[in-house]
Amino acid sequence: MKEKLVLIGNGMAGVRTLEELLKLDNGAYRITVIGAEPHPNYNRIMLSPVLAGEKAVDDIVLNTREWYAQNGIELKTGDAVTAIDRVRRTLTLASGASVDYDRLLIATGSTPFIIPVPGHDKQGVLGFRDIADVEQMLAAAGQYRKAVVIGGGLLGLEAANGLMKKGMEVTVVHLLDRLLERQLDGPASALLKASLEERGLTFLMEAQTAEITGGERVEGVRFADGSEIEADLVVMAVGIRPNMALAQQAGIYCERGILVSDTMQTYDPRVYAVGECVQHRGTCYGLVAPLFEQAKVAANHLASFGIARYEGSVTSTKLKVTGIDLFSAGEFIEAEGDETLVLQDPAAGIYKKLVLRDNRIKGAVMYGDTMDGTWYFTLLREGTDISAFRSTILFGQHDLGDAGHGDARASTMALPDGAEICGCNGVCKGEIVDAITKKGLFTLEEVRAHTKASSSCGSCTGLVEAILAGTVGEGYDKVPSKKGMCGCTEHSHDEVISAIRHGGLKTMQAVRETLEWSTPDGCASCRPALNYYLLAHWPGEYRDDAQSRFINERAHGNIQKDGTYSVVPRMFGGLCTADELRAIADVSDKYRVPEMKVTGGQRIDLFGIRKEDLPAVWRDLAAAGFVSGHAYGKALRTVKTCAGKTWCRFGTQNSTALGVKLEQLTWGSWMPHKFKLAVSGCPRNCAEATIKDFGVVCVDSGYELHVGGNGGIKVRVTDLLCKVQTEEEVLEYCGAFTQKYREEAHYLERTAPWVERVGLNHIKKSIVDDAAQRQALYERFKHSQQFAQVDPWGQRAGGEEAHEFTPLKVAG
Amino acid sequence: MKEWIDVAGLEEIPRLGARMVHTDSLHLALFRTAGDEVFALEDACPHKQGPLSQGMVHGTSVTCPLHNWKIDLASGEALAPDEGCSRTFKTRIQDGRVYLSI
Repeated sequence: MKEKLVLIGNGMAGVRTLEELLKLDNGAYRITVIGAEPHPNYNRIMLSPVLAGEKAVDDIVLNTREWYAQNGIELKTGDAVTAIDRVRRTLTLASGASVDYDRLLIATGSTPFIIPVPGHDKQGVLGFRDIADVEQMLAAAGQYRKAVVIGGGLLGLEAANGLMKKGMEVTVVHLLDRLLERQLDGPASALLKASLEERGLTFLMEAQTAEITGGERVEGVRFADGSEIEADLVVMAVGIRPNMALAQQAGIYCERGILVSDTMQTYDPRVYAVGECVQHRGTCYGLVAPLFEQAKVAANHLASFGIARYEGSVTSTKLKVTGIDLFSAGEFIEAEGDETLVLQDPAAGIYKKLVLRDNRIKGAVMYGDTMDGTWYFTLLREGTDISAFRSTILFGQHDLGDAGHGDARASTMALPDGAEICGCNGVCKGEIVDAITKKGLFTLEEVRAHTKASSSCGSCTGLVEAILAGTVGEGYDKVPSKKGMCGCTEHSHDEVISAIRHGGLKTMQAVRETLEWSTPDGCASCRPALNYYLLAHWPGEYRDDAQSRFINERAHGNIQKDGTYSVVPRMFGGLCTADELRAIADVSDKYRVPEMKVTGGQRIDLFGIRKEDLPAVWRDLAAAGFVSGHAYGKALRTVKTCAGKTWCRFGTQNSTALGVKLEQLTWGSWMPHKFKLAVSGCPRNCAEATIKDFGVVCVDSGYELHVGGNGGIKVRVTDLLCKVQTEEEVLEYCGAFTQKYREEAHYLERTAPWVERVGLNHIKKSIVDDAAQRQALYERFKHSQQFAQVDPWGQRAGGEEAHEFTPLKVAG
Repeated sequence: MKEWIDVAGLEEIPRLGARMVHTDSLHLALFRTAGDEVFALEDACPHKQGPLSQGMVHGTSVTCPLHNWKIDLASGEALAPDEGCSRTFKTRIQDGRVYLSI
């Protein structure tokens, strides 16, 4: 007999836990859901737009009754649990029925705090919490004129805005001297107040409510200073209290909320709790993103996986008042010793403030222009060192060179449905909005899975997030606090790398077992990553696993859309001889190569080679002295050079010869992602060294070394690492930098984002400032190269891995 | 009933890998899982006809090398949220030989 799981509270956190559980283990439990409200699970965050008349109740339902039925979940709505008997494991309901459980999930949410002043129980005094409250407000708006909202927080302002849009005269009463004091600092708060006053709201600041006056129904509000205003409707939005009465009454330990551990269990291990009703590490959360993270953890434990932990959340907020953009996150009021960056343009109504500690963002407040909120929030959560772009960070991400998307981002929601958002996969805005609403998507990952938008190059991620936020409101899951490498594990790239390095794990099997992978042999996302990490950390010991390589690296050519391959022979430093060109021409004739092209990296690309012909093509090329150009791999690609001082009248050093030496040093090495070098003979920089992963610019007095450049989707100019005097030093610094990248970067992370993530200073410390570390890195690189500099083409031309290239032929 | 064709020895297919099988009229992909089960599909992804034989095998599915669709080896169906189906062919293993029914 299956165990029985009962969920008390049919709201967003509880039902989200069930969804996560069904994803992990469909059929582990018989599930019953008991909800006091008469509705199926709906998006409580969107009550404000419903009140404002921008959405209907039906628009905000998240799980229809059919969803419960399809998943075999018994749903009891409009019936509340009145008692929990933990000894007999039964619940008593208001209707008199009783329900047994084996495991219990409490997600009772919160209740609005009603200030216990005289008259608080009169008709027309409401909280703002559920559909019933909204229905009462809408009814009042049709009948009466004057509304008073007590509380100038997020909820209060949204209620006030909604009632005003319904034609009421609204006064907002606030105890303090500034609105949204928990989300905004002084200047941003003042801008918000001015803007709301312009729209027609009236504010009474520093006003303490003393009494609700009237007969049976409310007629006014009297304040502590004796003044009084008229009111036909009073909405109390001064805060929420975790709804823990039921748990308390059952003897479950509670403080400000129901106390839960990092596994979302209460003091009774059979009883889990998630959502606004819980207190975790001293904090109660009232926003949806943390609740969804809790749901994921609770589901993981209910499914007996037992590996996830909830470690608290950093939250950010936006106000859902149409036309008003504000955003805040983290510690936005500076502490002693913190620095602040401020951009203020009162005429345009724009204010942005970042609080920094050690060049890392600790908090952000934005008003008027919040398009970069998500970006700042990501930098905050990942603890990114921003010193490299500190001088322009307030101007936003597009100022860093995110070419093409800059202005479009500001008006994403105003774009027509037919506007293309994802250029890689050809996905338009309408399709994304459609998928979000019809399929109930909440996260960027879900949107990627269903629409493919932002799943390729990722440059439209900001736009997709903006659409997601605009469509589902604050409910969407932003960057999760800790991101697993892939669906097979909760562990991050850094944790996996550390376990391999420090835990002495030397096989993929050992990694998956030690770190408790949820799949027996991984997936197409984690297998190549693990294969790379093991190869990079245990050179000579770990045996490369061909079946964990993408096809390009397994077949040692680039697969083309028609299933043929392209072949790029290595030409060190871009130099070649007449004999070599003749050999390439002969191959082209012999195998009827349909097209040849000179690549951006100064090599020759032969397109349209049939897979079966690859070993023979390589044999012919090897006879002329060519080895693989690795143009297909997460590997050292090319070293691009200019003519240099041998020929060029401006050349200061022998850039071509240095390029050849660098390519001889680095060819064959596997990397987290592709890796390109260039050497320019003078600052005119004809080899474009300042958009390469490692670039050398020769000057009269030596060599400038540049790192972290990229000429791809997002152009990034290199950072200057240092200047050195000799070619030997260039080789040593290059080897050391390459090795540091190989050891520390995440798989599929180019040097540009890696340098931005860890900070240039971190790299300089071990490459420039510390000679011993630099030499050790260089030695490790050379050691690893002993095993890596084996030509894969030569091996295959000699008959290795023949099964990869030879189809089985059968008659029929 | 169509006849069974002897295609290859089990050991000729790499574990967690695939072999291309060419007949006069068809291109198939023959997969071998970690547990030595063998599956055959038409060598074309339902999405844009990518060669599934060049994909990565994990569990009992394969990820297409062109756009990362995941295809269930037993049914040929694309895994959610993608939709589509590749043609499947019956296989069996006897005395270390792999047989295919076309």
